[in-house]
Amino acid sequence: MDALFHASPFTGYVYPNETLIPWTVLIVVYPYLTGLVAGAFTISSLYQVFGFNQLRPVAHFALLISLCCMLTVPIPLLLHLGHPERAFNAMITPHTTSAFAIFGYAAAFYVILLVLETWFVFRPHIVHQAQQQTGVLQWFYRILSLGSDDVSEKAMSYDRKWLFALAIIGIPGAHGLHGYVGFVFGSLKSREWWSSDLMPVIFLFSAIISGTALVVVLYVLSCKLRKVSVDLSCLKVMAYSLWGFMMFTLLIEGVEFASLVYRGREGIEVIMEFVKGPLVIPFFILQFGVGSVLPLAVITFLIWRGTSGTALVVGITGSAILVLLAVLMMRYNVVIGGQEISKTAKGLLAYHPPILGREGLLAAGIVLLIPMIMLSVMVRLFSPWHDATRAA
Amino acid sequence: MEQKEQLEKQQRERRDFLSCLGSAIACGAVTVAVSTASPAATAPTAGSAVPPIPDFDWSKHQWAFGVDAEKCIGCLRCVEACKRENNVPPDAHHFRTWVERYVTLEGEDKARIDSQADPANIEASGAEGQFRFANRYKDAKVEKAFFVPKLCNHCTHPACVQVCPTGATYKTEDGVVLIDHTYCIGCQYCVQACPYGARYFNEEKGVTDKCTWCYHRITKGLQPACVEVCPVGARIFGDRNDKQSLISQFIQNHRVQVLRPETGNAPNVFYVGIDKDVS
Repeated sequence: MDALFHASPFTGYVYPNETLIPWTVLIVVYPYLTGLVAGAFTISSLYQVFGFNQLRPVAHFALLISLCCMLTVPIPLLLHLGHPERAFNAMITPHTTSAFAIFGYAAAFYVILLVLETWFVFRPHIVHQAQQQTGVLQWFYRILSLGSDDVSEKAMSYDRKWLFALAIIGIPGAHGLHGYVGFVFGSLKSREWWSSDLMPVIFLFSAIISGTALVVVLYVLSCKLRKVSVDLSCLKVMAYSLWGFMMFTLLIEGVEFASLVYRGREGIEVIMEFVKGPLVIPFFILQFGVGSVLPLAVITFLIWRGTSGTALVVGITGSAILVLLAVLMMRYNVVIGGQEISKTAKGLLAYHPPILGREGLLAAGIVLLIPMIMLSVMVRLFSPWHDATRAA
Repeated sequence: MEQKEQLEKQQRERRDFLSCLGSAIACGAVTVAVSTASPAATAPTAGSAVPPIPDFDWSKHQWAFGVDAEKCIGCLRCVEACKRENNVPPDAHHFRTWVERYVTLEGEDKARIDSQADPANIEASGAEGQFRFANRYKDAKVEKAFFVPKLCNHCTHPACVQVCPTGATYKTEDGVVLIDHTYCIGCQYCVQACPYGARYFNEEKGVTDKCTWCYHRITKGLQPACVEVCPVGARIFGDRNDKQSLISQFIQNHRVQVLRPETGNAPNVFYVGIDKDVS
């Protein structure tokens, strides 16, 4: 029989109940996914709202990525709950002072918005397929068209107005949603590591860079799979965005850490012991060094040298993969790290995630794969490349 | 002509549908904004619904708890009684109450702290379900030593109640923080929010749990199990509405303090005889 729980060893003094870490790797995956949603949506909106036409080849693809990640977001949460069948209690009888209860509504609102926007974006494609396909697929597209098969210029201009409005609402929606995840952690006064007003901002900006990085990686990968050349100007704009947002994220993270140390409130000795000990590899080496400084240096070098061709694609894609790792490590260091520092401010816990089990690394890995599998089906059904090929 | 009319009708219907949808989304956004803006620090009570407990009116009581750390001898009978009375899992990671030992050795500035759940103490007791403090300082020069019993503080502004997404944990009219195990979804947000480490997750039941001041006993006029078994009277419980009760007298006759007042939680467990290291 599986052990009911995994207790963590500790040093110093920790409260007896603290030896069981409440939030595990599934709660690392959950803000990571919502972050990817916000980031990918930003890329899509830069085209849809702000007219960054260079992003046209990835705009619709980014929207699909955002949707697939968003549809996966509830899975790690449900897996984590002691009573997932009661999950809707939080929405049926929400406790209005709870950040979590309100999150349910914010997330549901955003899912509706995202689905609507995706429908408008792909409506011409759906209508076209409903007329072209036969059999089951025809029925599928017919149902999706919701009985509206008008793709005249007048109807399309009407659709465009809706798309613009949805994207405008979607920007604060997606960003608010993820900033709110930061609030779920930052508003807790019981943990010095989390309790910070900057937490929502840090979560938000790291979200944007992770989403952008994911769009970069998946776009390049899709080009290789489809044997299409990568649109370099599109890739460059994404690299510029990545660079800018990364700079800002690093600065805010630096400010947050500096003020934590400078304030030096109760428990700072234990926090410094944590930072200089268990945090060296996951934070300083993986998140800061390999995941942030290195890609930032690479992208700076590429821009400075005016690199082009395959070297640019490899450089930016490699950097984006490192950024994805950095943000995952950031989520881990915040969520798990915060719980490794005891509430007593006099001890440290060492959490070693199990590989198997409901809250193990394998389960978390599978959850992260779900949006990728969903996406591979979605791109076949909705062909987000339509614009790119037409433009080419 | 007919076709044109039909097309216009269809388009009109579509516009109406979309406008409707737009309004719905806008309404949703406003609702969320309003709900989010509601005052966060209020701790709603269970409302006016009176629990069907015979001969008990919860509006007539205001329970509180006292700990006289000067008296505690660290015998841990309270921990054992609590585990038995409340079916707390019998291991070293789930406690509704626990006892901390603070020992300052000669020449040291900070106290060494452990509880009965420390591996060295479990080794001395022989099993996780047996509780005793190992005599680990017998060869050391001890400058100061004392025990501090800990339990849920049943705060006036409980952070755990504030964060519960379903309202499964709530504050009763008579001042006790309880959990409805049939409604808790097991998200453990409350476990995170409690600054005192008083809550734990019961993996078998899939819900969080903590001290209830033995609500099933106090509403029948009995004392909590830990108070009942304490051989030295280090734990005091009673009704603050009764000025002659032991707890009222305890608070009146001592200079009491609470743990972590800076959190704003306003605990209702009052301590006497604790030191700077205790938090």
